Amino acid sequence: MKWGVLHFPGSNDERDTVYALESILGYDARLLWHGDRNVSDCDAIVLPGGFSYGDYLRCGALARFSRVMEAVAAFAESGGPVLGICNGFQVLCEAGILPGALVQNRGLKFRCIPTELTIENNTTAFTRSFASGDRAVIPVKHGEGCYVADQRTLAEIQDNGQVVFRYTNNPNGSIDDIAGISNRHGNVVGLMPHPEHAVDPLTGVTDGQALFQSVGAWKEAA
Amino acid sequence: MGAAAINYRVTTDVTLQLGLDHGLTQEEYERVVDHLGRTPTFEELGVFSVMWSEHCSYKSSRLHLKRFPTEGPRVLQGPGENAGGIDIGGGMAAIFKIESHNHPSYIEPYQGAATGVGGILRDVFTMGARPVANMNSLRFGSADHEKTPFLLDGVVAGIGGYGNSVGVATVGGEAYFDSGYDGNILVNAFTLGIVAQDKIFRASAAGIGNPILYVGSKTGRDGIHGASLLASTEFKEESEQMKPTVQVGDPFTENLLIEACLEAMAGDDIVAIQDMGAAGLTSSSVEMASRGGVGICLDLDKIPLRDESVTPYEMLLSESQERMVVVAKQGREDNLREIFERWGLDCVAVGAVTDDGRFRATYRGEEVASIPVDALTDAAPAYQRPIAEPTEPAGEPLDLENITEPADLGATLVLLLGSPNLCSRAWIHQQYDCYVGANTVVRPGGDAAVVRVRETGGALAMTTDCNSRYVQLDPYVGAQHAMAEAVRNIAVTGGRAAAVSDCLNFGSPEKPEVMWQFSRVVDGLSEACDFFGTPVVSGNVSFYNDTLGASIPPTPVIAMVGLVKDARATATAAIEKPDQAILLVGAGVPELTASEYLSVVHGQTGDRPPAIDLAAEGALAEFCARVIERGHVKTAHDVSDGGIAVALAEMCITGPGIGCEVGIPTSARGDLCLFGESGARVLISVDAAELDAVESEARTLGVPLMRLGSSGGDRVRIDAADGTLVDVSVGELHEAWNTALPRIATGQ
Repeated sequence: MKWGVLHFPGSNDERDTVYALESILGYDARLLWHGDRNVSDCDAIVLPGGFSYGDYLRCGALARFSRVMEAVAAFAESGGPVLGICNGFQVLCEAGILPGALVQNRGLKFRCIPTELTIENNTTAFTRSFASGDRAVIPVKHGEGCYVADQRTLAEIQDNGQVVFRYTNNPNGSIDDIAGISNRHGNVVGLMPHPEHAVDPLTGVTDGQALFQSVGAWKEAA
Repeated sequence: MGAAAINYRVTTDVTLQLGLDHGLTQEEYERVVDHLGRTPTFEELGVFSVMWSEHCSYKSSRLHLKRFPTEGPRVLQGPGENAGGIDIGGGMAAIFKIESHNHPSYIEPYQGAATGVGGILRDVFTMGARPVANMNSLRFGSADHEKTPFLLDGVVAGIGGYGNSVGVATVGGEAYFDSGYDGNILVNAFTLGIVAQDKIFRASAAGIGNPILYVGSKTGRDGIHGASLLASTEFKEESEQMKPTVQVGDPFTENLLIEACLEAMAGDDIVAIQDMGAAGLTSSSVEMASRGGVGICLDLDKIPLRDESVTPYEMLLSESQERMVVVAKQGREDNLREIFERWGLDCVAVGAVTDDGRFRATYRGEEVASIPVDALTDAAPAYQRPIAEPTEPAGEPLDLENITEPADLGATLVLLLGSPNLCSRAWIHQQYDCYVGANTVVRPGGDAAVVRVRETGGALAMTTDCNSRYVQLDPYVGAQHAMAEAVRNIAVTGGRAAAVSDCLNFGSPEKPEVMWQFSRVVDGLSEACDFFGTPVVSGNVSFYNDTLGASIPPTPVIAMVGLVKDARATATAAIEKPDQAILLVGAGVPELTASEYLSVVHGQTGDRPPAIDLAAEGALAEFCARVIERGHVKTAHDVSDGGIAVALAEMCITGPGIGCEVGIPTSARGDLCLFGESGARVLISVDAAELDAVESEARTLGVPLMRLGSSGGDRVRIDAADGTLVDVSVGELHEAWNTALPRIATGQ
C-alpha cells in the first residue's frame, strides 16, 4: 500500500509521518507538495500536523485553498481513505470535508500531553483494527484543538456514528469530549491526537499503529 | 542618554556627543576617528557602536575566555563559529550552542523569548545541521513578585509559540525563582542539530568577486540597537521605552528558511552562510569577511525592505528576524534563487566579496560606509577590567544551633515539594511540543533529555544546569557544582558527558566585584572542563544584567551534551516497579549550607556552597553510565536541590505512583540527613537480580554504594535508626508538587 503525506509550507510532522509509515510500519510513503495536482498513485492520504502557512489567520484557513487540496477533495469524494491529524484535521474542517471546527483550547494554553481515547466507532477506514470501546493512548500537542459544532451538526454526527474518538480526560474543552470524527462514509477521519507519534516503542507508546493498519482491513472489507 | 535620544531616521552630523549617545566612550570614539583617519559618517558610527558593543565584541570577557579548554578528540568546531560541533560517531556531528536573550525578554516577554529561540536555531542550521532539540534555562524573580506571573506566562508562551510552530522539539530545560532576578530575568535558549561531519558549513567568506546573497524576510526597523544599547547597558526605569528594540519573530518563515537552507546546503553552490543575528546585516557581513580575511561591499539599494522609507543606517543595524547572508559561488546564484523561491523566500544579490579588506556600503550611488574589517573585529577594544574580591561576605555563616529542626519532617517534605524551585515544571513543558522529530527518548521533566540519532543508533543526552545560590556564595566552587550536576544528569540517563556550551550571565563588567565573580567562574569551569574532558565548544556572555544598580546573582548556565551508546539503554528517574532495591551511590556528604531547605524553611543561605569533589563525581558518573548502558539499571536519579528526601519523592511521584520504604544513615540531625545537599550522590532502583552486577561495578570503580530499602506500597517512608522521619502518601506529595507552579503562574 502506498501512502501520500501532504506537505504544506509550515507543516512539521510530515517527515515524522513518513518515518512512521515506512520505517516502523513498512508501507511505501511519499510527500505530496502543496502545489501538486496529482495524487492518483496513492492508496491513502495523510494531512499531517503543523502550522500550515503559519496559521496566522485561522488554523487551516489558507491550506484549504492550496492546489493539492482539490485533488484531495476528489480523492475523498471517490471513497479514498484520508486521515487528518491535528492541523490536518483543522484543514479538513476548513475545507468542509469534515463538519464542525476547531477553536482555541478552553484553557488558552498549548498542551502537549499523552491522552487516553476511547474508540467510539470501529468501522471507519482508520479504526477497523480496533474493537469498539477499546482504549488507546496517543499524545496531543496543540493550542487550537477544541472541537465545536452547532447543535444540529452535533446531533447529526452523533446519530450517524461519526464521532470516532473521545477523550477520557478532556484536555482542551472539546464538546462531548470529541477527539476525532469521520465523514458519513467513514473513509475520511480527522483527529487532534497524533498517532504518528505513538508508533515507536523507543519514543513512547505504540497504540497509534492500529490507526494506520486499519486501512488494509477496511479495504478488504469494502 | 540612550536609544531614545537618537533619531535614526535623519542623517545627522557626527560629533563626540552623538558617539556617546551611541554607547561609545570618549576614548572609543577617538579610536574610531583614528581607525578611519577622519570623522565617521552617521552610518559608520552606527556600525562601530554595534560592533564594539559588549554584546558583539566581548570586550570585557575576551581576555578571560581564552582560559577555557576548547580542544579535545571529539571537537570538530570550537568557539568562534556560529555554534560548536562534536564528533558523535558514525560520521555524524552534533552542532549546538546556548545563548541569552535576557533584556528583550524582560521588556517584552513573548517576543523576547520567541526571538531568542529563533536566533539560536539559526546559529545551528547555518552550520548545515538540522535542528532536532531545543532547551531553555530560565530565571525569574521571586515567585510572589508582582511581575513574575506576567513574565513567566509570556516567556513560556513565547518559547512555545516559536518552537512549536517552527517544528523543533523542546525537550528540556530548567526554571528557577529568586528575588535576585526581580528586575532582570534570564532567558537562555539552547539548540542542538545533527549533520554529517563532511557537510558542516562554516561562515568564512572567500573568493574575490563571489556574490553576497540576502535570503529570507524583508528588512524592517525592528531591533535597531538591540545588541548595543539594549543588551550592553544596565536597566534603568526608562528602559521600558526600549520596547521597539525588541524584534518580532515569524516562526513560519523560519520553518521555510530551515528547509530551504538545508536544501541549498546539500548542493555545491554555497561558499559560506551566516544568519543575521545581533547587529543584523552589519555583523553577519563583517564576521564573514573577518574570518575569510577579505572585504565585503554591499549595495544597500538592493536590500529587500518592508517599507521604502527604511534608511541606510537602519538597513545596516536592523535586527529583523529570519534573515541569512550567503556567499555564493560565482555563476550559481540562479540555482540558489530557484530553491529559495520555491520556498517563497526572497533571495537577492546585494553585494560581493572584495580584496580590499574593507566593509563598504553604498546607497544611491554614494558610499555611506568604508571601514577596515579589522577595526571592527580583531582590533575592537578588549579590556582587562579591574577585578576586586567583594569586601562584604556573600552570606551569613550557618549557626546550626539556631536552626530549629521542624517537628514534622513529613510536612516539611510536602512543603518543599510545593516550593517554587522544587515543584513540577509540567505547567511549563506541557506548553512545548516535545514529540516533533520523532526522536525524543527521554521527555522533559527528567534529569537530562535524551534524543535518538537515527544515523548512529545511539542517542544524545543533554541538560542545562546552574545553582546560582552556590555560585553567589563561591563563584569558583559554585561553577564547578554546575558542571558536576550536569555530568550527573547526563550520567543518570545513561550518557557520558562530551562537551559544553556555556551562557555566562553576570552584572555589569564595570563593577570590579562582578569581574571578580566572572574571573573566578571562568577558572572554576576551566578546571572542571579539563577534569571531565568536556571542552567548551560554544557559548555566550551576557553582562549588564543589572537593574537600578543591583546585579543578578552570577549565573553561569552549563549546557552539556553527552553520548549514549545505545538509544534503547537509557534510564529515567521514575520508579516503575515494586520490590526493587533502592540504593544510594556516591561519596557525597550532605550539608545544610546553601540548601534549598535552608532557604525555603529558614530563610537563610549560609556562607558557602557544599564541598565539591571532582574525582568522586567522575567515578560516580562512570558507574552510572556503565550500569545503565549494560541494562542493569533502568531507574536512576541525581540527588541535588532538596537532598535525598526530595529525590526519593520525585522518583515515586514521576512514575505510576509506587512508594518506597527506606532507612537512611543518620549520624546527625534529621533535617540534615533528609534535605542536606552535596555533589556526587545518585539514587538508583534496581531489580534484585541485578544487585550483584551493580555492586560489583561499584567496587571496581571504588564508588560507595549503600542499600537503603525497597520500592513498593503507596507511601514514601524514610526511617532513621531511632524512628520514622517521614511517612507521607505518594498522592499527597504528588498533589503538592503538581499544583504549585500553576498557582505561581496565575499569581495565586
